[in-house]
Amino acid sequence: MSARKLSELAKTVRSKNAGVDKITFDVIFAQRDTYERVKRARVLTRETVARLYGIPFDRITDFVEFDPANAIKFTILRMEPSGSAGDPDIFGSQHYAPLLDLEVPD
Amino acid sequence: MDSLKIICPNGHLGFAPIRLDSFKLGVAARPHYIAADSGSDDVGPIPLGSDTSTSPLAWQTHDLEHMLLAARGLGVPMIIGSSGDTGSNSRVDLFVRIIQDVAAKHRLKPFKLGYFYSEVDKTDLRSRMRAGEVVAGLDARNALTEAELDATERIVAMADVHPFIELLKQGADVIIGGRSSDSAVFAAPAIHHGFPADQAYYLGKVLECASFCAEPYGGKETVLGEITASDVKVTAMSPAQRCTIASVSGHAMYERSNPFYEFVASGKLDMSACHYEQHSEKTTRITGARFYPGTEFRVKLEGAGKVGERYIGMVGIRDPYTIANIDAVMGWARTQVRERFGDANEGSYQLHYTVYGRNGVMGELEPFKHKPAHELAVLVQGVAPTAEMAEEICMIGTRQMFYARLPEVKGSAGSVAFALDEVLRASPAYRWTLNHTLRCEHPLALFPTHMTTAGAA
Repeated sequence: MSARKLSELAKTVRSKNAGVDKITFDVIFAQRDTYERVKRARVLTRETVARLYGIPFDRITDFVEFDPANAIKFTILRMEPSGSAGDPDIFGSQHYAPLLDLEVPD
Repeated sequence: MDSLKIICPNGHLGFAPIRLDSFKLGVAARPHYIAADSGSDDVGPIPLGSDTSTSPLAWQTHDLEHMLLAARGLGVPMIIGSSGDTGSNSRVDLFVRIIQDVAAKHRLKPFKLGYFYSEVDKTDLRSRMRAGEVVAGLDARNALTEAELDATERIVAMADVHPFIELLKQGADVIIGGRSSDSAVFAAPAIHHGFPADQAYYLGKVLECASFCAEPYGGKETVLGEITASDVKVTAMSPAQRCTIASVSGHAMYERSNPFYEFVASGKLDMSACHYEQHSEKTTRITGARFYPGTEFRVKLEGAGKVGERYIGMVGIRDPYTIANIDAVMGWARTQVRERFGDANEGSYQLHYTVYGRNGVMGELEPFKHKPAHELAVLVQGVAPTAEMAEEICMIGTRQMFYARLPEVKGSAGSVAFALDEVLRASPAYRWTLNHTLRCEHPLALFPTHMTTAGAA
C-alpha cells in the first residue's frame, strides 16, 4: 500500500457545533484495521490539528480515539460564539474540509 | 412493566418535516410514548434573542398534528421538549395553542395537556448573583457578570427530567416542554415507569436525534427505542435504514465534545463502558451505560443579547491585482467608515468582511487563506445601534470598495463588481451572552408546571 488521503480511508469526516462555543470534528472509519492504520501513522493528533488549523494547543479542548466507533474525534474552541455577526459558519458544518487531504503513509 | 417502547420521529421538530412512512411504521409498533425534541442552539442566538422560531409554523404544525393524532389514536402520551427551537415561554404557549387547535379541528376527545416554562427572570438571577451565587461559565467562559446580564435579552434554563415527570404524575396526556436537555424528553417517561437512570438517560441520548443513529444517513425518519432494567435496544423504522453498531456508537459522538460523557443538571451519563451488539438486522442492543448523580443540581443557562441592527452588502472581484490586494481594498473602505463614525473598537458599531474564494467559510482557521481563487465574493455586514447608522456603515463599507485606491490598478473605473448596487436590511445581530450553569436548590425551581385541557368539551 502507498500513502493515501484521509478522504479515501475514512467513511465519515464531519464537523459540527458542540454547544455555542465549540466545534467538534469526527473522523470515522468503516474498518477497524484502517482506523488502526491511521492511529499508528500519527497523522491525526493534537499536534497535527494545531498545525493544520493554525491554532494553539489550548484551543483543542478534547482529543479522543474512540474505539467503539472506529473514530478519532477532537473539539476546538471558537474565537467568538456561533452566530455572532461575522461568523460565516453558524453550524460549524464546513470546518472539516482541510482534514480530507491529510496524507496517511502506509 | 418489563419494557417500555418510545418512538422518536424527529431530532429537531419543526426544522424540517417528519417523514411519514417510517413514522407510520413506528406507530404500528405500538409504542408506549411518542416523543421528540424541538430545540437546538445550532441555529444561532437570533431566535432566542428576538423570541422567534427559525422553524416555519406550517412545519411545526405538521409534525405536532401527526404526532398528536397518532398518540391519541393509540391512547399513549406524547412529549415535546424545547418547544419552537428555543423553549422560551412564547414558544411553549405557541405549541400549546397548536395542540389545542389541532385537537379542536379533529374533534378529539378531551385530554390533559401539561406544559412547563423554562425562562429565567433576569431580576431573579441578579438577586441570586448579589446573594453570592456564582453563575459559572462553561467552555472556557468566565463567570457571569452583571454587565453581561444587562446585555442579555432573554435566558432559558435547561430542564432535566423533573418537570416532565411531575406532569406525568399529574396524568398529562400531552406535555409541551420549555427548554430541556434532549435526553430528558425520553429519560423522563422511562424513569417515571421505574427503569434505572443508567438505561433511561442512555435511551434519551440515543433517541434524541431520531434517525441520525441509523444508517445510511437520512434525517427525520422514525426510530424506536426499547428500555428494560438492563439494556436499551434501538431500531430503525425506515425500510431503508438500520441501526448498526457503527451507526449507534458513532452517534454518541454527534454534536458532543466528548463521546463518553453526557451532562444533565442532575448528573452525568458515562458511556465509556458501553457495549454494543447487533441484536437483529435493524436493531442494536446497548448495555453498560452508567449514570452518576452530581453532588449538586446545576442547571445550564442559555442567553442571547442584541448587538444591533444590521445591513448586508455584497461585491465581486475578478482583477487578479485587486484580489492580491483585497486586504488593502477592505482597509480603504474601513478607513472611510472610521472617518465618518470613529473607531469600531470604541464599541459603537461593527463592520465585518467575509471573503468567499479565500477564507470565507473558515476565516483564520483556513490553511489556504494565502491562495485566493481567481474571483472573490465579499459579504459586508454593518451592525450599529440604529438601522440608519447600520445602513450607512454597510453602504460606506461596500461602496468604498468600488473606490479603493490601489497604486498600480489598471482598471480605474471601479475596483469591484456589483450584482446589486444596494445594501439590504438583515436580521438584527445577536450574540450568545450566556453559556453558563446555575446551582438550584430544587429541580423544579426554575420550571413551573401547568395543566390544562384540550379537545372537545
